Amino acid sequence: MTDAKKDYDFHKESHTERMVINMGPSHPATHGTVKFLVTLDGETIEDIDVEIGYLHRAFEKECENQQWSGVFPYTDRLDYTASVLNNIGYALAVEKLIGLKTPERCDYIRTIIGEMARMSGHYTNLGAGALELGALSAFIYFVEARELVWDLLESVCGARLTHNYVRIGGLISELPDGFGLGVAKAFKKNRELWSDFDKLLTKNRIFLDRMRDVGGISAEKAIEWGFTGPCLRACGVPFDVRKAEPYLIYDQLDFEIPLGSTGDNFDRYLVRMEEINQSMRIVEQCLEKMPEGPINVDDPNWRQPSKDESSKKIESLIFHFKAVIEGQKVPAGEVYQPIEGANGEVGFYVVSNGGGKPYKCRCRPPSFALTSAMPQLVTGSMLADLIPTFDMINLIGGECDR
Amino acid sequence: MITLPDLVETVVKIAFILGLTIGFYAPIIGWIERKQSAVMQDRIGGNRAAILGFTVIGLFHSLADAIKLIFKEDFVPRGAETALHRLAPVISVVPALIAFAVIPFGGTYNLWGHETRLVIADLDVGVLYVFAIASLATYGVVIAGWASNNNWSLLGALRAAAQMFSYEVAMGLTIIGLVMFYQSLSLVEIVDKQENFYHWGIIWHFPAFILFLTCAIAENKRIPFDTPEAESELVAGYFTEYSGMKFIMFWTAEFLEIVTISALCVTLFFGGHQIPFVTVSGLIDFLGFLGPNGANAAAMLIGVAVFIIKLTLLIMLQMSIRWTLPRFRYDQVMKLGWKMILPASLIWIFLVGAGILTGVMPAV
Repeated sequence: MTDAKKDYDFHKESHTERMVINMGPSHPATHGTVKFLVTLDGETIEDIDVEIGYLHRAFEKECENQQWSGVFPYTDRLDYTASVLNNIGYALAVEKLIGLKTPERCDYIRTIIGEMARMSGHYTNLGAGALELGALSAFIYFVEARELVWDLLESVCGARLTHNYVRIGGLISELPDGFGLGVAKAFKKNRELWSDFDKLLTKNRIFLDRMRDVGGISAEKAIEWGFTGPCLRACGVPFDVRKAEPYLIYDQLDFEIPLGSTGDNFDRYLVRMEEINQSMRIVEQCLEKMPEGPINVDDPNWRQPSKDESSKKIESLIFHFKAVIEGQKVPAGEVYQPIEGANGEVGFYVVSNGGGKPYKCRCRPPSFALTSAMPQLVTGSMLADLIPTFDMINLIGGECDR
Repeated sequence: MITLPDLVETVVKIAFILGLTIGFYAPIIGWIERKQSAVMQDRIGGNRAAILGFTVIGLFHSLADAIKLIFKEDFVPRGAETALHRLAPVISVVPALIAFAVIPFGGTYNLWGHETRLVIADLDVGVLYVFAIASLATYGVVIAGWASNNNWSLLGALRAAAQMFSYEVAMGLTIIGLVMFYQSLSLVEIVDKQENFYHWGIIWHFPAFILFLTCAIAENKRIPFDTPEAESELVAGYFTEYSGMKFIMFWTAEFLEIVTISALCVTLFFGGHQIPFVTVSGLIDFLGFLGPNGANAAAMLIGVAVFIIKLTLLIMLQMSIRWTLPRFRYDQVMKLGWKMILPASLIWIFLVGAGILTGVMPAV
């Protein structure tokens, strides 16, 4: 090779230019609000800068201005596709700080509702993923499945998206009559829809080509970046908070953690698909084994007496008054409680100085860690690969930006 | 020398084709797309647009769309090439329309002593004409992307240019086998040779049909090949900056291309206006009780109806494909075109050649 040829720089000689484009904050691919500043060389992503924060609502600061029980509606809006899970996480953190043991039936119901929320989250994620790849029909099938789950959740607490169902030391209401039957009926249809979705996509060559070997990451790197949840398990790391640090009644239940091997988008998809099945299994087991009994702790300090009782008994009235005016006095201390959210480990780090309001309520959102690895995952791949990768990373604006 | 009856005949035929495509199919496809996707997705589909309380199963939605879009602001982005920006939708919509000129939509009928062939122009290179016209549509897309002064449009246009050029090559090759089989490039002659049901293109050239339909959908840039307008990546691709009437024109062009592709498929593979096991002259004889002119007119209507039915079924087939599959990635589209469809069609040409030489395929 001559020297002249060695010095030949294609990009310099051919006068090509990089194209810098703003994807978002209002772009069809960024279904939360997030902005990618993408530098393209033709169709190849040379550099990507992820700008988050468009959905910042000062969640943590807002919590400090609320009484302990007033935080629940705010947690609903973290991962809004699986809102009860955030309720549960926060409630467990506060209960851990107090040292409160909830009745067994309460734990069962929390598990059932939480798993349903996880299903809803996965349905949304997988459906939206299919939609972004152009498979609108598959999306509609999972929207229907999600609708069935939401109908059940609505029958429990009256809300469809932001449930606000859990309270410190209990729940707002008992399960409705005939809930078990409703679940059996809905899950039968859900399994049909699941298999329709599976048939449409899992072995579809186009879908495989789009998902396989795209956006992959090794297990070591994933751990370094702080991955949790389905994205970590897709790399083959068997970490699930439900197994690693069992809370509620997960240690008494029989369920499996699906694992991937390569950590690419297709594995993430498969892990989530299987988790939907496992969640259904968990719900069915819980309904079978669920004991009778109270759903709230029998301690008026923590679980407010009912309206009826507080207007008839003076002691109840006093507790009610104190709780409403001063807030429940959670003992001073700090605690971290992780749970397995739909997207990964949702952790609440709660600090109390003994007052009626949280001194600090920090949420560890899984999608923040996942999103921070986006440049790692897509640099060097094509613009079109950004779409499935970002879908499977599943940034939920409410959770990531808080 | 053009005689007056010839002139009248041609004008009537052009009017009929325009009415069929722009007047009938363009709105109807919008409706089919809505309703068929709704059926496939377990939904009801558009059913609210009503005139005096009559919804006519959602048919008025196309009308409502058209009226809405006509009254929208005609937006030209700052920094756009205004003239080219205006020209692009026209260049897109015209080829889809004029490709119809060589497609026979009926047989030859003798009406009041005047021989009528139901095709606007009986070109002996009809197939080539269709491809030549179809390739013009690329200009509309590329100009639209270039003139919009928008990066998304530009990316979409570049993808479209590469994709449409590649698939034209493959599409041309997919039907070479068919041309060898019928020994003609004239669409009229090809249809006439399919009078015998056992000589239908679909029977002897099924692989070519699959390849051709794939290429045709890629040419038309619909899912799974809609990378130029991939809404999740490129917002709306090359027509991101179009609104109002210009947007309708791109939309209409897409719908008309579906019709053109289906019409071409019907002509090449499904015997055009022919009914299996029934010849045109046989049909006219059968209808003899209507008198000579009546029989010819009735046979003509039946032929056109059969053509339209086949056309509609093929349109619905394309719709089911569109609502089932996800989207390819741009490089996968190119790979499919150059590395799979092109060699496959070459192999098919070879096989057809061998079949004709050895007498496996009948001489038609």
